[in-house]
Amino acid sequence: MDFLLKLIRAFIIGGALCVIAQIFIDKTRLTPARILVAYVTMGVILGGAGVYGYLVDFAGCGATLPLTGFGYSLSQGVKKAVDESGLIGALTGGLTATAGGIAAAISFGYIFSIIFKSKPKR
Amino acid sequence: MSIIKLSHAPSIISGASVVGKKEYDGPLGTDFDIHDNDSTFGMDTWEKSESEMQRLAVNTSLAKAKLSPSDIEVIFAGDLMNQCTGSAYGALGFAKPYFGIYGACSTFAEGLAIASMMLGAGYYKKCAVVTSSHFCSAERQFRFPIEYGGQRPPTSQRTVTGAGAVILSLDGAGPFICDVMPGIPIDMGISDANNMGAAMAPAAINTFKRYFDETNTSPSDYDLILTGDLGMEGHSILCEIMGTKGYDMSKNYNDCGLMIYNCKTQDVHSGGSGCGCSATVFSSLILKKLLRHELNNVLFAATGALMSPDSIKQGMSIPGIAHLIHIKNERI
Amino acid sequence: MDMNRNEYIKYSKRHSKKSPVIADCAKAFFVGGFLCACAEALSMLFLSLGIDGNTAKSLVPITFIFLAGLLTGIGIFDDIARFAGAGTLVPITGFANSIVASAIDDKSEGFILGVGAKMFTVAGPVIVYGTLSSVIYGVIYWLAGVIF
Repeated sequence: MDFLLKLIRAFIIGGALCVIAQIFIDKTRLTPARILVAYVTMGVILGGAGVYGYLVDFAGCGATLPLTGFGYSLSQGVKKAVDESGLIGALTGGLTATAGGIAAAISFGYIFSIIFKSKPKR
Repeated sequence: MSIIKLSHAPSIISGASVVGKKEYDGPLGTDFDIHDNDSTFGMDTWEKSESEMQRLAVNTSLAKAKLSPSDIEVIFAGDLMNQCTGSAYGALGFAKPYFGIYGACSTFAEGLAIASMMLGAGYYKKCAVVTSSHFCSAERQFRFPIEYGGQRPPTSQRTVTGAGAVILSLDGAGPFICDVMPGIPIDMGISDANNMGAAMAPAAINTFKRYFDETNTSPSDYDLILTGDLGMEGHSILCEIMGTKGYDMSKNYNDCGLMIYNCKTQDVHSGGSGCGCSATVFSSLILKKLLRHELNNVLFAATGALMSPDSIKQGMSIPGIAHLIHIKNERI
Repeated sequence: MDMNRNEYIKYSKRHSKKSPVIADCAKAFFVGGFLCACAEALSMLFLSLGIDGNTAKSLVPITFIFLAGLLTGIGIFDDIARFAGAGTLVPITGFANSIVASAIDDKSEGFILGVGAKMFTVAGPVIVYGTLSSVIYGVIYWLAGVIF
């Protein structure tokens, strides 16, 4: 039951975060790039303020998979690094915590660009 | 008077259209001469595919008129790509004088207008006019990478993959380009690149109103009034505003952007756009009907949205333009 | 035209078709929710396989980046995204798609100036503003620690 409950929580919070973005896309004509920037920045702010952590505890991947979770990781990485090594941590912490995702995106992007070619939309 | 009456009205002796898969699947599919199912036309970049479409369109229209490239004296060509490279590379193989023109989606009418004035003035006797657009090259330049996943708002239009060419000649049996009315750029403050119909409609309204006023005619005097790519939004705005000014456009007015796709089933939102849109529709269905005398008196105004990716990012509003040409099956 | 610019902008808004917000939101909710639930299940699978918590935490997004990239490459992702809207944009899949799509698309300009330079045309701002705001947060956090 615990398993199912976790899935449902992830589903609802993840879905809700998407719905908020969808409303902004449809109602304000904000471009997707702006939405993503807003999400990642909100993630840093809410993560820094200590609010987003509760959401992560509650919903797991429902809070970490959306881009706000990326911002949350950045803020947590910075926090940890500042705790450990002082002011320099503000510069080193964020990207260290998110290095996996960024390096994965770059590597997979590069590999797939060698393998695939773009096709016209149907 | 801003109408240019051509005392030596050039004749459109042939035309050809080349389209991609989605256009071929549309309502006019069988009217087009050539199509390619993967829209590459055998080329390894989309930009080269677009040039190839132009080359095919000119060659096919020459073949239809039983002419060879040496018979034409000049090529007027245009497309949507940066610095008009699609047209330049397309024209390269013909070894003929070439004028590259840009009027966004209005380029086909602009080309017809400039070419027929040049012919009418006696500088040339035969020429080709060709314009093209390619969904993939336009998407790359104006919007997002092709495989990028995103939703388009309902007012957006799909760039037509296609090239249309016509051969104009001073000696020919018609249909004739009798007069042209060059368009005036008009900016009514629309800055949404996904609502080009609304940005272009005021320019079309301006051109039509000037034309009807100067010629003392009304929409019912023509067999067909055609705009380039106003799409659903632009079409309804034009009908409504022209109606309030006393010009009833409801009976014989249509838009190439609405004709080329089935807007209900083909998921193209507001219709087609791009300089390939009016070019392919005109050089296929419309020209066929003119040649068969099913249409004898046509007003054709291609509309263009004169923006660039940078002007949009800089928040500039989008000026529209509409060049009009009047085609009749008899000389005046 | 008898209208001034502001009147025309208002007039044209009345003419333009609106996005179907309710339907779009429903699709975004279900697809986005489904992706997050899958991620949660995957994370539990990794944990049950004996992978430690921190590794599992970074393996989950990496798996999703890989899958989104693969679907982008074979040309399916854009069809899913057209249906799902924000449902695929907001999870890390949208970020991955924008990088892979740019990389594939700009291959025609070469591997240095095309793929290398343009990979981040869409996703770049996310990293720039994410990093920038985290640095600002770091400085504030450090200052707060020094002062209090």
